[in-house]
Amino acid sequence: MRYSALRILKEGLTGNKGWKPVWREPDPKPEYDIIIIGGGGHGLATAYYLAKTYGIKNIAVLEKGWIGGGNVGRNTTIIRSNYMLPGNEPFYELSLKLWEGLEQDFNYNAMISQRSILNLVHSDNQRDAFIRRANAMFLAGADAEYATADQLRAELPFLDYDNARFPIKGGLFQRRGGTVRHDAVAWGFARGADAMGVDIIQNCEVTGIDIENGSCRGVQTSRGAIRARKVAMCVAGSSGRVAAMAGMRLPIESHVLQAFVTEGLKPVIPGVITFGAGHFYVSQSDKGGLVFGGDIDGYNSYAQRGNLPVVEDVAEGGMAIMPIIGRARLLRSWGGVMDMSMDGSPFIDRTDIKGLYFNGGWCYGGFKATPASGLCYAHLLAKDTPHEVAREMRLDRFISGHMIDEKGQGNQPNLH
Amino acid sequence: MIINHPLLGPRDAAEFIYLGDAALIDRPDWQAEDAAEQFHAYGYLRDNVAGPMQELWYHEQGDRSWLVVTRDTLTHEITNVELARDVARNRGRSV
Repeated sequence: MRYSALRILKEGLTGNKGWKPVWREPDPKPEYDIIIIGGGGHGLATAYYLAKTYGIKNIAVLEKGWIGGGNVGRNTTIIRSNYMLPGNEPFYELSLKLWEGLEQDFNYNAMISQRSILNLVHSDNQRDAFIRRANAMFLAGADAEYATADQLRAELPFLDYDNARFPIKGGLFQRRGGTVRHDAVAWGFARGADAMGVDIIQNCEVTGIDIENGSCRGVQTSRGAIRARKVAMCVAGSSGRVAAMAGMRLPIESHVLQAFVTEGLKPVIPGVITFGAGHFYVSQSDKGGLVFGGDIDGYNSYAQRGNLPVVEDVAEGGMAIMPIIGRARLLRSWGGVMDMSMDGSPFIDRTDIKGLYFNGGWCYGGFKATPASGLCYAHLLAKDTPHEVAREMRLDRFISGHMIDEKGQGNQPNLH
Repeated sequence: MIINHPLLGPRDAAEFIYLGDAALIDRPDWQAEDAAEQFHAYGYLRDNVAGPMQELWYHEQGDRSWLVVTRDTLTHEITNVELARDVARNRGRSV
């Protein structure tokens, strides 16, 4: 079933009785070519690109709960490719390019809105660093644009330009950045993968990973044993728990990140605005709610909820840079569990166990990476060699000294 | 979260800096044959426990002591707090 304006018109005139469930609910088969553990955005994207780009269709995506119920269903929906290091930036720029064509590609409305992202600048040093980053972005084919304070005053008059501690001196725009309807990403990839024959199996928890003579042969699940030639972990947030089933320790800690939404307001914020110095970023959803967040809480957690000091810190950051936010009432807040890696960058790699693959460590930036993560993981699974733009995202990069540390913070996950 | 400091009593967790797994007390022997592998594991690999975990908290906005806090990462419940000095001494790490 393809979606189109004509189809909507036809269904509207016939009582909307022709819409069908957009993916099947199959029982697991005894064996697959590839099992993907985790039916989140990345896992579903991996299945989609494996089937579409690499022609491997005998795949199961195993999901403990319902698909898209983890971090792809609980994030602040921002897409961007404003990184600096060569291990990251080409990957994220590929992801942004995939976002730009995604809705046509999988014939699903993901409400991709390239409404821009702005990083605020408060000092000469920060301006120099941001312009350097902009030049690194140009090298990867991305767009970037420096705006002076006067330009910003005209475009975003509601910011506190004369803040005593962090006066706004300018900002770095990426106009192609923006926001996406996050749930639709999971659903669109699921629908596309299902249509190509991928089995999406919900309520199927992986309880063990079968390793025989150093090779991975399949998994144990709450719905029985399933064998596979290759098993692909894709469970960011729970990576430690799943990898432990294979006896692996990872360069990852699980941390909680909170986010917040206000009641719906008339359009006030045109794009995404980040105030890194004050631990605050904000955008406005199509429903009108201000969607904002800040830093992670900073301690290991699998609880999917945070604590009040960070709520206060984020609210203070918002009030400092954007005082109009004080009149908005908070509607809801939530916490998601992040794979915080040792250098703040992710992993798409083989493991030491033959036939077992790992995707994780996305920190708080996994959503924007969804399409490229899926494509690069699919490439690795299909060809057993890393995709060109993900070749530095290796699990052994700490022992070889090839960290991808954008912030230069070292091996302290809660500082990334 | 409230951390019941062994010397100062209940304190807001916001007064503390979080370092991570208390296994960091057990620094490897730099003279061991496989010291490079041991230090890689020590510096970069984590158990990332889901459940009760021993972890190091530093009372920066207090008495600057290091604490070993036993806290459940699934519920945030804190069940035990000790001075890291005492823990390290009991493990033979300090004099």
